[in-house]
Amino acid sequence: MEIYPILASLKRNKIQALLIVLEIALGCAIVSNAVFMIGQRMERMNRPTGMANEEIIRINVGGLAEGSNPGSVVRQDLANLRSIPGVKAATSLNHVPMDGASWDSSINISNDQTTPSLSAGVYLGEDIVNTLGLNIAEGRNFIAEDYVDWEGFNAQATDLRISSVIITREMAQRLFPGESAIGKQIYSWNPDNSPHRVVGVVERLIRPNDNGGSSAVGYSMLLPMKDVTMGRFALRTDPGRRKEVEQAAIALLESASSRRIILQHASFSDVMRDYYRKDRSMAWLLGVLMILLLTVTSLGIFGLVSFWVSQRTKQIGIRRALGATRMQVLRYFQLENFILATFGIVVGMIGAYGINLLLMNHYELERLPMLYLPFGAITLWIIGQLAVYSPARRATLVSPAVATQSI
Amino acid sequence: MFRYYLSLALRSFRRNKPLVGLMILAISLGIGGSMTALTIFTVLSGDPIPQKSDRLFYPQLDPRPMNGYVPGGDPEDQMTRFDVEMLLRDRRGDRQAIMVGGSVSVESKGGDRPFIVTARYTTADFFAMFNTPFRHGAGWAIDDDEGRAQVAVISKTLNDKLFGGGNSVGKTLLVSDQSFRVLGVLDEWRPLPKFYDLTNDRFSEVEQVFIPFWTSQSLTLGIKGNMSCWGDVRSDPEGSRAVNAPCSWLQYWVELDSLEKVESYKQYLTSYSEQQHRAGRFERPTNVRLNGVMEWLDRKGVVPSDVRLQLWVAFGFLLVCLLNTVGLLMATFMRRSSEIGVRRALGASRGAIFTQFLIEAGAIGLIGGFAGLILAQFGVWIVRQQADSYASEVHLGASMLLTTFLLAISVSVIAGLLPAWRAMQVSPSLQLKMQ
Repeated sequence: MEIYPILASLKRNKIQALLIVLEIALGCAIVSNAVFMIGQRMERMNRPTGMANEEIIRINVGGLAEGSNPGSVVRQDLANLRSIPGVKAATSLNHVPMDGASWDSSINISNDQTTPSLSAGVYLGEDIVNTLGLNIAEGRNFIAEDYVDWEGFNAQATDLRISSVIITREMAQRLFPGESAIGKQIYSWNPDNSPHRVVGVVERLIRPNDNGGSSAVGYSMLLPMKDVTMGRFALRTDPGRRKEVEQAAIALLESASSRRIILQHASFSDVMRDYYRKDRSMAWLLGVLMILLLTVTSLGIFGLVSFWVSQRTKQIGIRRALGATRMQVLRYFQLENFILATFGIVVGMIGAYGINLLLMNHYELERLPMLYLPFGAITLWIIGQLAVYSPARRATLVSPAVATQSI
Repeated sequence: MFRYYLSLALRSFRRNKPLVGLMILAISLGIGGSMTALTIFTVLSGDPIPQKSDRLFYPQLDPRPMNGYVPGGDPEDQMTRFDVEMLLRDRRGDRQAIMVGGSVSVESKGGDRPFIVTARYTTADFFAMFNTPFRHGAGWAIDDDEGRAQVAVISKTLNDKLFGGGNSVGKTLLVSDQSFRVLGVLDEWRPLPKFYDLTNDRFSEVEQVFIPFWTSQSLTLGIKGNMSCWGDVRSDPEGSRAVNAPCSWLQYWVELDSLEKVESYKQYLTSYSEQQHRAGRFERPTNVRLNGVMEWLDRKGVVPSDVRLQLWVAFGFLLVCLLNTVGLLMATFMRRSSEIGVRRALGASRGAIFTQFLIEAGAIGLIGGFAGLILAQFGVWIVRQQADSYASEVHLGASMLLTTFLLAISVSVIAGLLPAWRAMQVSPSLQLKMQ
């Protein structure tokens, strides 16, 4: 198939050719970025928490700490909760992740640092490892002697100190690269700045929220606190029994006092789903937009090419009169569209990177990986070919007799 | 001539229904998407208190230790209790108030189970400073602040729920099991964003109950916000909320009615900071700021980045629609080359042809604008179904309506420039020959 006649014809219809090239370029640039952004959101929603997501229920209670001895109230609550059939483990803690609250602490590895080594999310509670379903990768879980009473620790002029800490693998690698973190000391929560000893490393525990950015999302630590009185409870059970256990737990907690208010109760997977609501909406929005954009682009190309074909009936007629078959006429237009689309896609790729750079600077986005470019290219090639098919077929119906009509 | 061109345009629409339909579709989709995104953006980025935003200021100090100090960094977002109490005592502004968010259980006397509501613990000037509208009664006085009076101002919503919406001034309210006397009931008030406290949900309704700050602290009512501590808090029974605690957790706003007062307040902040430095409380070099309302909102990036991204995405889509409309307009106009030739031969100038087709493009834009408006209403409806706290406040106002049409007509006229120019180049003689 000769390219030269096609190019020559394009040169004489520069504006229309340029329009198609630009339409395809803009479409390609936006689609590549849109697909990438959808991918980013989905990646974010699939971040591993390190927990047994499907097995956990969280219940937040208000009006808990009113009264003379909140510690013993919590102890009673936990004893009751643990006796519910189906409950594998229960704890009172400061928060589960993604629940709106976040406790963070800056971490030092020596006492005379001027800037903290990093900031980590802090989880306080009894037996969090088993209740949240974490995996101990190195060292051990907390034992009874490690635990410090929450109310006692917060009392004025206390001499209680937290001696042990469990950190995540990412945090261990960041603080002590290349070595085992077990036995090492970090400085964080003790009132006189005495150190905590790392007794265990968990594989992963996601931070409570996005504090610290995406690179710090795996920095979490567990402090051994008993009978935390913040009114936040977490239970572990079988995925199939979550509803019944949740109902039983609520009934139990409510019955303990008439002044209590159950603030929020849900399975942890619902908490996660709610947390990622905005990301889901954005992904949907981008998806719908992409479809609309491709529709508009294909309709635009369809309209323009239809008109273009009608402008060139004389040429088509002459070619047919000189012996071109219907199929050759069809192929001519398809090839012409393919060439234009290729130009458009090349420009579009450059545009895609340009848009990506703009987005990177203003929004937390990463560089567009090369992988997404072929996707945009193939989509636009297909769109172009679909749009040109109908007008091209109409072109084949031009009778050779047209060539001999008026000049 | 305008009416004549319009009638020519309408005639062409009738003859060219599919092409014109495609163009209207393209424009309405682009406009619908852009206007939806623009409406959301406008709701979230507007001035929450336009009648007063140029006179309200948010001061910042830096009380943190040298550990972690970065030269040229931002001062601390919130203030320590020591600092706000000192600033309030000095009363250097026309009005000033300490405030912090809270969470309390409330019930009316003899009512059913208590329920949890959001609260704000603040000082007397809050209400006059922010021009809060009152339905009944008024706020409390400075004496109530200092006397730790158990008084409260409640929101309209809470008043409706607990007291049936009547005049509840003087009635008793149980807040976390303590008796409070209602002094005032606020009318509908929803500054968007809730600029005075950016640590909690920035677009939610205002708090349900307002209580004097020192009252709330002596009763240790629950607080809600950000608490940032940099030292030992266990040496005081009040912990992180003690007067001398090394923790920042409070907001402080000041009203300054003239530029000179703004300047002198800035100097006051600087000399206060230096005084604290000399006393050994502040370790870092003086780093004070006095932010106006919009400046503060801008600094804290109040409009969620997703909303801004959606705006750009919508405008990108509009650009695609514009570009495709150019092609379709080109097709529509050039199809009528013989008609153009006849008009030119009959004496129409190039400019007349140009104008004719621009008006036709504008007419398409107008129709597209109508369709786009319907789509935008649909888009806004979808947004309101989302569970975002600001969803109920998103609606197409009069200015947005006007913007829709202006945008639609501008887009289609811009799209029509190239095709109209091409149309006016049509040589009459060539067209007449090819009958």
